[in-house]
Amino acid sequence: MNLVNTFFNIPILIDTFPLLLSGLLVTLEIGVTSIIAGLAGGLFLALVRLYGPGPVPFLSKIYIDIFRSIPLLVLLIIVYYALPFVGIRFSPFVSAVVALTLVSAAYTAEIFRAGIEAIPHGQFEASQALGLSGRHMMVDVILPQAIKIVIPPLTNNCINVLKDTALASVVAMPDLLKQATQAQALAANPTPLIGAALIYVALLWPLVAIVARLEKRFGKDKRP
Amino acid sequence: MTPLIKISNLKKAYGAFTVLHGIDLDIAEGEVVCVIGPSGSGKSTLIRCINRLEAFSDESSIVVDGVTVGPGKALAKVRAEVGMVFQSFNLFPHLTVLKNVMLAPMRVRGAKPAEAERKARDLLTRVGIAAQAEKYPGKLSGGQQQRVAIARALAMEPKVMLFDEPTSALDPEMVGEVLDVMKTLAGTGVTMVVVTHEMGFARQVADRVIFMDGGRIVEQGTPAEIFDNPREDRTRSFLRSVLEH
Repeated sequence: MNLVNTFFNIPILIDTFPLLLSGLLVTLEIGVTSIIAGLAGGLFLALVRLYGPGPVPFLSKIYIDIFRSIPLLVLLIIVYYALPFVGIRFSPFVSAVVALTLVSAAYTAEIFRAGIEAIPHGQFEASQALGLSGRHMMVDVILPQAIKIVIPPLTNNCINVLKDTALASVVAMPDLLKQATQAQALAANPTPLIGAALIYVALLWPLVAIVARLEKRFGKDKRP
Repeated sequence: MTPLIKISNLKKAYGAFTVLHGIDLDIAEGEVVCVIGPSGSGKSTLIRCINRLEAFSDESSIVVDGVTVGPGKALAKVRAEVGMVFQSFNLFPHLTVLKNVMLAPMRVRGAKPAEAERKARDLLTRVGIAAQAEKYPGKLSGGQQQRVAIARALAMEPKVMLFDEPTSALDPEMVGEVLDVMKTLAGTGVTMVVVTHEMGFARQVADRVIFMDGGRIVEQGTPAEIFDNPREDRTRSFLRSVLEH
């Protein structure tokens, strides 16, 4: 009984639920913005890594390696707390989105690269032999096929980004986790934290299930 | 008359291994040329150089219809004028048969969709695939896919058609349908360069047969000259090995 009152205190949950929902909204705003920006950045990085002129592929590789190595929390704290020392000041929202996007773009780039490299060489040759420009070859022939391959890993990456938005609470962003910890302090009861955890699971479980299904389906498709 | 394709001193090497030792070859407009020879003789590499799917040495030169085939902007133009049919079809699996044929005329020539579709359906009728226009390539047999690939190349109205062992990946019972399409095509005056192991086709359709071995043109002539009266020992032994089995 004590346990229920401590962790699953329904009156407290009801009281704090609006707060948690406002936190969820912020979490989704940060997550969706970072996912979209990360997809665009990642595709760009993958293309310049594969086809860029001169030193561009190498620079792209360096970027990807660095941002896959750096812990997101460290990056976020640098963006929010260190950059102001050189006069670059971001709001908590922008700091969170910048840090998440920089890292997500690096992972997304590797996913796109793997997808493009999985397309048989003959598809490139057939496009070139028809006189298609590099841009049309990518847009009409290669990317539509590559995207099908990369949808499961991209969805996985989206899940990771959404989860990592919780780190934004350290830069005073009123996201789901931050609101939950504040509600916990206010109510002197950890139920809001459990509520937040349940909301995260409810949000991400469907995505996890979708990835599993997509992987199964595309796995089947690959067999000739 | 200037040749449609002029190949001069074509050299190609993969590292230390030389594939082509300075080939000179002129192909006239409307000519059907079959290139035969053992595996590794450089015949596929030769025709893949014509649209520069293979880069070649700077001392070499290939001119197609007055345009030098080199790296840079002009290359896509040359490629648009040179149709190619591959051993492994290389159809676009995410597009229907019809869209496969329509894509390049729309993107490269700026054809309107309705116009591209009309032409694509005409071509698919010509190669006997009209009924499959809305299907995806994966649903078609190998022979059907290769006929679609021929239609796709023809949709660009190329000045020359290159065939890189077009029947080598096919089940034996499908070779005939593809060769029939190619025979009909040869009869329409299209310039064709065909790398093939189908000696019957070469004998029947070619204006000129080229025998390659070891990265060189060993011998060339009319089908009668090459098949009935080869001058070179290597040609004789190659023909004996392919015709007697």
